[in-house]
Amino acid sequence: MARDPEQLLYADSHEWVDVQDTDGGKVAVIGISAFAVEQLNDLVYMDLPDVGRELAAGDEFGEVESVKAVSPMYSPVAGEVLEVHADLPDSLDGLNDDPYDFGWIIKVKMNGDVPASLLDHAAYQKQCSEAG
Amino acid sequence: MSYLFHTEEDRAEMLGSIGAESVQQLLDAQVPASVQLKRPLKLPAATDEINLTRELTQSAATNASTSSHVCFLGGGAYDHFIPAVVDEIASRGEYYTSYTPYQAEVSQGNLQVMFEYETLITQLTGLGVSNASLYDGGSAATEAVLMSLAIKRDRSKVITSDVVHPHYRETLAAYLHNVDVELVVVPSDDDGLSTPMIDAIDEQTACVLIQHPNYVGRLESVASIAAAAKEAGALTIESFDPISLGRLKRPGDLGVDIAVAEGQCLGNPLAYGGPYLGIMACREDLVRRLPGRIAGQTTDRRGKRCWVLTLQTREQHIRRDKATSNICSNQTLLALRSSVYLSLLGPHGLRETADQCIAKLSYAKECFEACERFEVLHPGAAVKEFVVRDLSADVGGLMDHASQSGVLAGINLDPLVGDSTSSLPDRYQHCFLVAVTEQRTRSEIQSLVRTLESAPALASPPT
Amino acid sequence: MRNQQASQLLFELSRPGRRAHTFDSLDVPEPDLEQMFDSDDLAATPPPLPELAEGDVVRHFVGLSTLNMSVDTHFYPLGSCTMKYNPKRNERIASLPGFAHVHPMQEASTIQGLLHCLYELQEMLAEISGLPGVSLQPAAGAHGELTALFVAAAYFQSRGENRRVVLTADSAHGTNPASAQMAGFATKTVKSNGDGLVDLDDLKAKLGDDTAVFMLTNPNTLGLFDRQIETINHLVHEAGALIYLDGANMNAILGITRPGDFGADLMHYNPHKTFSGPHGGGGPGAGPICVRDFLAPFLPGPIVTRQMDDDGQPILELTTPEHSIGRVRSFFGNVGVLMRAYIYIRTYGGDGLRRVSEDAVLGANYLLSKVKHILDVPHGDRCMHEFVASATRLKKQSGLSAMDLAKRVLDYGFHAPTVYFPLVVDEAVMVEPTETESKQTLDAFAEALFRITEESDDLVHEAPHTTRISRPDDVAAARRPVLKWSDASDETATP
Repeated sequence: MARDPEQLLYADSHEWVDVQDTDGGKVAVIGISAFAVEQLNDLVYMDLPDVGRELAAGDEFGEVESVKAVSPMYSPVAGEVLEVHADLPDSLDGLNDDPYDFGWIIKVKMNGDVPASLLDHAAYQKQCSEAG
Repeated sequence: MSYLFHTEEDRAEMLGSIGAESVQQLLDAQVPASVQLKRPLKLPAATDEINLTRELTQSAATNASTSSHVCFLGGGAYDHFIPAVVDEIASRGEYYTSYTPYQAEVSQGNLQVMFEYETLITQLTGLGVSNASLYDGGSAATEAVLMSLAIKRDRSKVITSDVVHPHYRETLAAYLHNVDVELVVVPSDDDGLSTPMIDAIDEQTACVLIQHPNYVGRLESVASIAAAAKEAGALTIESFDPISLGRLKRPGDLGVDIAVAEGQCLGNPLAYGGPYLGIMACREDLVRRLPGRIAGQTTDRRGKRCWVLTLQTREQHIRRDKATSNICSNQTLLALRSSVYLSLLGPHGLRETADQCIAKLSYAKECFEACERFEVLHPGAAVKEFVVRDLSADVGGLMDHASQSGVLAGINLDPLVGDSTSSLPDRYQHCFLVAVTEQRTRSEIQSLVRTLESAPALASPPT
Repeated sequence: MRNQQASQLLFELSRPGRRAHTFDSLDVPEPDLEQMFDSDDLAATPPPLPELAEGDVVRHFVGLSTLNMSVDTHFYPLGSCTMKYNPKRNERIASLPGFAHVHPMQEASTIQGLLHCLYELQEMLAEISGLPGVSLQPAAGAHGELTALFVAAAYFQSRGENRRVVLTADSAHGTNPASAQMAGFATKTVKSNGDGLVDLDDLKAKLGDDTAVFMLTNPNTLGLFDRQIETINHLVHEAGALIYLDGANMNAILGITRPGDFGADLMHYNPHKTFSGPHGGGGPGAGPICVRDFLAPFLPGPIVTRQMDDDGQPILELTTPEHSIGRVRSFFGNVGVLMRAYIYIRTYGGDGLRRVSEDAVLGANYLLSKVKHILDVPHGDRCMHEFVASATRLKKQSGLSAMDLAKRVLDYGFHAPTVYFPLVVDEAVMVEPTETESKQTLDAFAEALFRITEESDDLVHEAPHTTRISRPDDVAAARRPVLKWSDASDETATP
């Protein structure tokens, strides 16, 4: 089922997060927004964390690179890295085309609440339009 | 003025176009009067080409050099022969007056040279990938350590040995001083070998740095050390001698992860220490952490094969406050010289150069062994360097005597012996390091030994 | 002219059995290698280098050289890089055997002539900067930055002051924050104000008792001299911090103002820029640093010092300062580059160096007076030795970017200006003509820029048209890196 960008939460550093309730607790699926992908322009490389790494909310979990820029990616939530999208670095065109479904980057088993500082879609759009 | 252009007429027209009365007015509009220099700079007067050439030619002639003296100095910089083609190519203005290839379309010459250089270095080292050069052997060794620390982020120990080049260790110590890393310098054994470092490798070790052949000319057990490091999850950095690879196994064939070298020996002038060439190659899977510029192959909009600077996001000026390297520029002109040099030698020329060094070194060792005054410290295999002890314990006097006789006889190791992280161990007291390249002849070697033997000994040598 | 041997790679020209460099037979006994070496040490075959004849090598590399633009062949207004004329006398003199064929471990007594030049160079750099402590050791500008920050760190450590923050300007070279990071400092960025100068309020807000160093580029990367310099000097020193000057733009102020006189405590030179060392396709350079007297004890060693012998004759020696940070590379420094700087300074003398900067400022302002009618120049109509224009208006009007403009400039036979730097100007086009270009060259360049803006968008967008290749695919190069030749790697290429 396609993920609806309007239903997601966003960090002001341009990551989206989809919080899912599972048997094992809350799992956050994390990616970067279409706006970020467009700003970065022609992605060439992505550095992903190891599964099992503990992240605090706001910790850098990886990097995404275009030809002449490198941007850190920050985890919007705290938890343990459950899964990484290992094929993504080799198919970055897919991230360009479909940042919300094919383009998921990591899944985090959350060990806290969803931070209140995360933006809803409308608020995030407003931030992007001001930046752009 | 020597290289300036503007006639008075040009100046007037230019100022007119700008709408200023004088250059001083332009300056006054920007530079506060309070900080302007109100007097001329106190520098030697301008000198024309004739007089400067005369003066500096005379000054140059007062220096001993490998042209006026026979050179047995080594220690990381060597008097190898430089074929005429190397100077001829490198003196083309299209190479030496161009800059970093920011515009690939008008820099294909330099970019292809960089790509070819990188390929030559991978062939030389047996490792998967090379950068386009670093500053010199010492900073290359240090950069390799920084690279290892960036890869092994959860480890904070660096292990090296007291027979790694003292300058390389001193550089490393200066770089690591302000960061939270433990530098362990393991004493070598009596044979001048670093094998004891194996016992120091532990789970906290990010990397080991060895030199092979080491500073005192000994061949290290690189493969065993690399295997021990790998076992502990640490990386192995080998500082190698490029010429020695005409005969010795390549770093990549010994299990080394990162190989670095001083590339001066590959066609670059001694120039009292620089500019030199820092060589660095590594395993292919470590390329994202490799510092320095890299040229890569691609195609242009018409599908034509061409070359560009690539993987630039590794570079420090882009990473800014997340940099893990200090390298910004590189040494393309010296990389060019080394590429020409390696092209001229080819595999067989490199092998013969190494073999010539080995044969002449063996002969020199035999000559020293036949002298009562001298002791060759470590018998056994060596490529182009070995340590000699002066049983009269006057190495300084010996070297002075030799240089006055037209021979640069060796590096006096006494000033390098001590107990800091960059010192050599006590066993090298009263010793000197002799380097023999393919340029030395039988008669030069004989003359070296004769000259040293004939030097006056101290009145009362130590017991 | 097509040149097949230059477009092929060395490895494709290789033929087994060809060789250039040969040796006469050995004049010493041939040792038995098998007996001498442990068999584990020896390689069965030498490294698989290409096999070429001398003629192959010469034609290949000469051919490749013709694919480069260079100062000797083209106007090269690459902002921030000071691509001035490289005097030929420097090359000849620096290549004399008594300078170029000196081994780095020779005793000082054997190289008094060379050490005299290096000593004088130390004195000259001190006089030009107004900062008395000099180390010639660093190998490049960024290396000088790092070394100076090591010195600053050692100084504060010696005073027991725990200052862990370095401030850098948002218009600074990216090397500034990188060097600070490598020296173990945290970094904070100080904003530029609307005039492109340091935002004093932001500087005040970020200065504190944890500030070690403020790294300043002055003239800055916009080509502007910060006229607030006295206030900056006062603020930073009042906070107990030091001012580091990034000397990249020294070509604008030689003999006009001195960093030591406007408040800098430490700085580096780029002698390959300011004093005409050849840039060599990206290097070698050098990065000597100058510091105030109270920082000199921390400089890396060795440095050249002068004593008098019993007869009153000067003797030059190598010494290491008392509280030295150690060394930052092997051996003395990039002496070949330093000697060229020395010869250059000797050629001009003090008055001449001032004239160099005056002409650099005159040339840049003249070109600015022409270019401002073609492109927007956001930061006023006066500059020092370079200026930064913006292609933003062009982009809005015709979709052409700074990069398009740069690429089309190549077709007119000029190297392109620096583009997209500094980061504080959108679509930046950074032009540094240097003092060694004639009014006629500057006129022709301005004319070319004007004509490009009149050309059809498609023509410019697909430029360059006259070079051997055009618009290489950087994205493919970075996504699927091909970093060395192998038999298989040319499958995708068209000849």
